[in-house]
Amino acid sequence: MYDISTLFAQLLNGLSYASTLFLVASGLALIFGVSKIVNFAHGSFYMLGAYVALTITSAMPSTSWGFWGGVLLSALIVGLIGCLIEMTVLRRIYSAPEVFQILVTFGLVLVFQNLIYEFWGPDEVLAPRVPGLKGAASIFGERIPQYSLALIFVGPIFLGLLWWLTHRTRWGRLIRAATQDREMVASLGVNQKTLFTVVFFLGTFLAGLAGALQIPKESANLQMDINIVVEAFVIVVIGGMGSILGAFLAAVLVGVINAFGVLFFPQAVSVLIFIVMVLVLIFRPNGLMGGRIIPQRPGDLSIDQPFRLPSKRMKLATLIVIAVLMLLPMVASSYLEVVMSEVFILAIFAGSLHFLLSVGGIVSFGHAAYFGLGSYAAALVATRLGLPMGVGILAAILSGAAGGLLFGWFCTRLKGVYLAMLTLAFAQILFTLSIQMVSFTGGDNGIVGLSRPAWLNSHTGYYYLSLLAVTVSTWLMRRALYSPFGFAFRAGRDSAPRSAAIGMNVARIQWAAFIVSGAFAGLAGALMAYHRGSVFPNDFGVSTTVDALVMVLVGGVQSISGPLIGAFAYHIVAVELIRNLADYWRLILGLFIIAFVLGMPQGIVGAFMHRFGKGEK
Amino acid sequence: MTIPLLEVTGLNAAYGQAQILFDMNLQVRPNEVVAIMGRNGAGKSTTFKALMGHLKNRSGSVKLRGESIEKLPVYQIARRGLGFVPEDRRIFSDLTVLENLDLGRQPPREGAAEWTVETLLDVFPNLAAMPNRPGSDMSGGEQQMLTIARTLMGNPYLVLLDEPSEGVAPVIVERLAKLILELKAKGLTILLSEQNLSFAAALADRAYVLDRGHIVFEGTMAELSANEAVCRAYLTM
Ligand SMILES: Nc1ncnc2c1ncn2[C@@H]1O[C@H](COP(=O)(O)OP(=O)(O)O)[C@@H](O)[C@H]1O
Ligand SMILES: [Mg+2]
Repeated sequence: MYDISTLFAQLLNGLSYASTLFLVASGLALIFGVSKIVNFAHGSFYMLGAYVALTITSAMPSTSWGFWGGVLLSALIVGLIGCLIEMTVLRRIYSAPEVFQILVTFGLVLVFQNLIYEFWGPDEVLAPRVPGLKGAASIFGERIPQYSLALIFVGPIFLGLLWWLTHRTRWGRLIRAATQDREMVASLGVNQKTLFTVVFFLGTFLAGLAGALQIPKESANLQMDINIVVEAFVIVVIGGMGSILGAFLAAVLVGVINAFGVLFFPQAVSVLIFIVMVLVLIFRPNGLMGGRIIPQRPGDLSIDQPFRLPSKRMKLATLIVIAVLMLLPMVASSYLEVVMSEVFILAIFAGSLHFLLSVGGIVSFGHAAYFGLGSYAAALVATRLGLPMGVGILAAILSGAAGGLLFGWFCTRLKGVYLAMLTLAFAQILFTLSIQMVSFTGGDNGIVGLSRPAWLNSHTGYYYLSLLAVTVSTWLMRRALYSPFGFAFRAGRDSAPRSAAIGMNVARIQWAAFIVSGAFAGLAGALMAYHRGSVFPNDFGVSTTVDALVMVLVGGVQSISGPLIGAFAYHIVAVELIRNLADYWRLILGLFIIAFVLGMPQGIVGAFMHRFGKGEK
Repeated sequence: MTIPLLEVTGLNAAYGQAQILFDMNLQVRPNEVVAIMGRNGAGKSTTFKALMGHLKNRSGSVKLRGESIEKLPVYQIARRGLGFVPEDRRIFSDLTVLENLDLGRQPPREGAAEWTVETLLDVFPNLAAMPNRPGSDMSGGEQQMLTIARTLMGNPYLVLLDEPSEGVAPVIVERLAKLILELKAKGLTILLSEQNLSFAAALADRAYVLDRGHIVFEGTMAELSANEAVCRAYLTM
């Protein structure tokens, strides 16, 4: 085992990292508190802070003043960029549904990634050591960099500063008041726009500062954004949404767990942290310090008109579409068959998300979990056990359903943002595990060599299999919607209290929906695994979830055909075209997502319906 | 006849598809206390939310001192001198009494009573006794006083007071009534909503009776008290 001095040194390292975490998380908490926006791009401001600081500190004289002044200047620049983004983009979505807000901020993530890549290139960059703090201190015989020790104090100092700001200044009191009830703040004559901009400045300043302070410790790289933002979310959730003190306590907790986790469970550090979060949420659903927050009403995905049973005409149209798709291989190139197979598979995945999201009112921000469970289950069954494809697909469906069973049990205990964060956390656990359990999952290299039976080996064969799968899946999910279960489910979405009052157990119905949704996502994962012949950790990744969310969004949340049309439009038009633009696809995709949410939130099908009156759904 | 301080013409309001208010007309003259009466769900709170701009889905004209305010955002309406005390009190429970008051502060207004923390604490002696208590540790009645005082810190011309007596102990209700009369004596104009006839009768000069979003009666408080049919049909006794 380890001796005391090693443990103490690790404790100090943990506290040092806690300062970084606190700066990022407190900014996130401030922004969430006042604007109620879950700022997925918060990690991007952290990353930007690191890169800007690299440039600025290297231009400054290499003295202590040069370094610290450069760090501060970098944070200011990041804060100003944050302001600009608040005023141009975020200001328009304060009353949009949460999913849209998260998507827009994710669009920003993509834009930042691309721009930072353009400016600073793909390589990791490490800053020179800090003037005046170049050495290492010896503590109980362990050598610890002086800079790390100095960072330990940054967290408490900023906790003090933020406390002073929020308790001793009028702006700070406004921030606290608006965190609790921003409608009331407006009723007292306060212009919220200014308040939001100021808070966004402050929050992104803190993130930029944390990034800038990190460069002597860790090389700046293009993965910093997602890594830190997921950790910051966890901290904000543990601490209680919007609470600064809670964020501090949680940052210390997470920093220390991180440091000791590295010693004792190097494989499972992030899992450990997520487990702590889940435990906290089960026992204190509002986090450690979460107070009473008045919910601000707008934000539900409103589905004005209930789904209607398909009319004769609609059924006919569906049959015609299916017939055309069946005849397509006669004229299509095999490339088109491959692309269309992917469209069908993605449509199943998007459909399963749609089932849970727009129909059930549940924001699944970790839907990739079930997709990845399916793909890995299929891959493991095929390559480790050597069983046929049918068994692999069955295993995938069962794994997806089991994931829904397990995660749904936790998630249906929570609401709103907490629920979204928990679903995200589960996906991240699996993502991390799939990378770290190298012997089982192949780590970063994934698993390759899935083979299909001979009769499915042709592109045409797989095309028909995917078409069959998407048809049957959509039909089944549609049936589920019109069953008593589906009606109950939608009643739960539209008015949870009322359904509870008439004796329906909303949580139980939502739990069932998680299982159904997980099963179909698992099926999609397996089909994709056999389609590519391989699986990768990214099957669990945030971008996989976002792909599905964008497909649902593009298609429109209000109709069952939405995911199908969304998968088609997104995959064919957006992805295929954009990926040809190699270096710029993230930028274009990010801008596309932002523009789409701002300009056409009801999606393609919604816009079509709107335009042509009360058509069929 | 003086020009109305608040003049509402043809006000309609809806939540989503559901229309709640229908073609409401009402006036409040300077230094009047006017009551909007009606049962639970009649649309009293919705009226206030629509006047204050919280409910965007509305049409009709709202004039404060002759100036149209129906197109302004909430904070601008507040800055024109319309104060709002919502029904669920909504003090900032994290903040102390003095901090709550401070957030309500707006510059003095020509032609409106001017309030400071000192003058308000004179009128609300029980708040003066707990200047640093956080809102979460106050009783319902104390919270109600604090919301009213906080709104007065904005030196409004007119205060919208949504069911001040709701959920407050009877002793406190009496004190509230006295207080409202005191405020009126200091020149304040109040539009309040109320279900209970006796509370309103003690305070108001005139009343409008609301039923499912329609004004079904309008007159002086004495006329309303005398009209047993209206009282029985639309009010709680
Ligand atoms: N946020 C809301 N969304 C939809 N309907 C609402 C909402 N708030 C109130 N209502 C409905 O509007 C009507 C009037 O409510 P309200 O103005 O609160 O009545 P009152 O204040 O007179 O008791 C009621 O039928 C109520 O159900
Ligand atoms: Mg009411």
